[in-house]
Amino acid sequence: MTILAERVILPERRSTAGRLSDFFWRHPHVLLALLLGPPLLWLGVVYLGSLFALLLQSFFSIDDFSGLINYEFTLATYRQLLSDTHLDIIIRTVSMAAIVTFVSALIAFPIAYYAARYARGKWKALFYLAVMLPLWSSYLVKIYAWKLILAKEGILTWFFEKLNLLWLLEAWLTLPVVGGNSLSVSYTGTFIVFVYVWMPFMILPIQAALERVPANLIEASWDLGGTPAQTFRYVLFPLALPGIVAGSIFTFSLTLGDYIIPQIVGSSRLFIGQAVYAQQGTAGNIPLAAAFTVVPIVIMGAYLWMAKRMGAFDAL
Amino acid sequence: MRSEKSNSAPLGLKIAAAAGLAFMHLPILLIFLYAFTTEEKSYQFPPPGLTTQWFAVAWNRPDVWAALTLSVKVASIATAAALVLGTLCAAAVSQTRFFGREAVSLLVILPIALPGIITGIALRSAFSIADIPFSFWTIMLGHATFCIVVVYNNAVARFRRISGSLIEASMDLGADGFQTFRYVILPNIATALLAGGMLAFALSFDEVIVTTFTAGQQSTLPIWMLEELIRPRQRPVTNVVAMVVVIVTFLPILGAYYLTRDGDQIAGAGK
Repeated sequence: MTILAERVILPERRSTAGRLSDFFWRHPHVLLALLLGPPLLWLGVVYLGSLFALLLQSFFSIDDFSGLINYEFTLATYRQLLSDTHLDIIIRTVSMAAIVTFVSALIAFPIAYYAARYARGKWKALFYLAVMLPLWSSYLVKIYAWKLILAKEGILTWFFEKLNLLWLLEAWLTLPVVGGNSLSVSYTGTFIVFVYVWMPFMILPIQAALERVPANLIEASWDLGGTPAQTFRYVLFPLALPGIVAGSIFTFSLTLGDYIIPQIVGSSRLFIGQAVYAQQGTAGNIPLAAAFTVVPIVIMGAYLWMAKRMGAFDAL
Repeated sequence: MRSEKSNSAPLGLKIAAAAGLAFMHLPILLIFLYAFTTEEKSYQFPPPGLTTQWFAVAWNRPDVWAALTLSVKVASIATAAALVLGTLCAAAVSQTRFFGREAVSLLVILPIALPGIITGIALRSAFSIADIPFSFWTIMLGHATFCIVVVYNNAVARFRRISGSLIEASMDLGADGFQTFRYVILPNIATALLAGGMLAFALSFDEVIVTTFTAGQQSTLPIWMLEELIRPRQRPVTNVVAMVVVIVTFLPILGAYYLTRDGDQIAGAGK
């Protein structure tokens, strides 16, 4: 019936393009398949395929004597992953990612709040660009800039010297864990660069969440006698939380997998990314490298699931 | 209407926001200063003197030019691939309803949601399993994979704003699907695609983590910089290259911003 009606109302087109588009109109699934096919083939085969091949290899093991991969299913590699030295690397990386995320949120919140609530018109555009430009500027150049800053002969030492606070810097560097010979080979340096490079990713999601908070909600809180601290604690913060969680997905994930920053600015103790790099490169132990990559995947999987439950994806 | 009082920010907030922005921008500005320093052996501050001679030295370095050319080539082709794939995917997700739609949008985001090192090592081990030698194309393959999401995000946002009645009107007036795409859909999404393409180009141009796994012997500009960072040989040349990279990456960002700013405001206001 419908086909008949279509034929009566719309005579069939003659041109190839016309006939083809009529065909697509009658068979939307074919069109959908044609649209989705290429991207799904690319991402599904190239990306997911590689990912699964990698994960599969984590269930193989390496022969200690020959150094060849033993293609038999085993959990030995995971047992190796849970040894003390490797567990240390995982704990170090995850705690660094957590601290970086926390401090990034602290720095990003005022910027996002100002941009969302007080910046108007031209200022708002300027704020947006002021966030976008550092966010998109070259990753390596940013690290390089901090290498210049943190170097012993660099600007930071000069600055402390001018303020007569060099003793403070030296005292900090003698501390265990966070200290070192100079800032550029200490955890403190690694931490600062991590925050610098990933913090901009936090601002826009928080800003997006804050823009959806109606101004009269805050005024209502004031009218009801809420102090600024109470307004923040009970009104603003809960409403901004999805944005913070959305931003923390980036800062957390990016810190978790980075191997270049701790290699260039940091002590010799490894992070997950460096361990993966070393295992697959010089050590040639692909199974252990693959098992190491499972750690961020599992952590990020749990994180994304939690974030989705908190409604963080609406803030992206 | 908002009262006048709430339009000026508290002082503490102003200071915190300004300090945050200064923290984001001052290190990049320092790069500009160091490009002119006369000091060759260290990162001494303040620079003992200023000179422009390193620009000429960098200009005459064939390795810098080779790396730059490779980066531009990879970024162009990866962007082209990402534009096609990202647009197709965005069209399917935004214009139709089908089972697994959520999964598709998750799949597109996955290459940048997971740390880059995972994408890199997964591709590298897949290349070695399939016996594919490292080449220009392996670098491009990796880049296109994570560039798709940038194009996709821009295109999806714009597709949502195209009203369905426009497309129906075009069809009622007798246009076939291809004509509708050419004369109705494409003009509407063109600026979003251009913006997405520029961002994809910037992303690919700057990528280093995945590239270290897929590049073999060739070096893109970021790989060249990484080597200089690990083993500094020519600090002044690196300073100049860093400054040029900052300027080159700012251009597509500014371009993408001007192309999408009106649309973004409308999309933001609609939420």
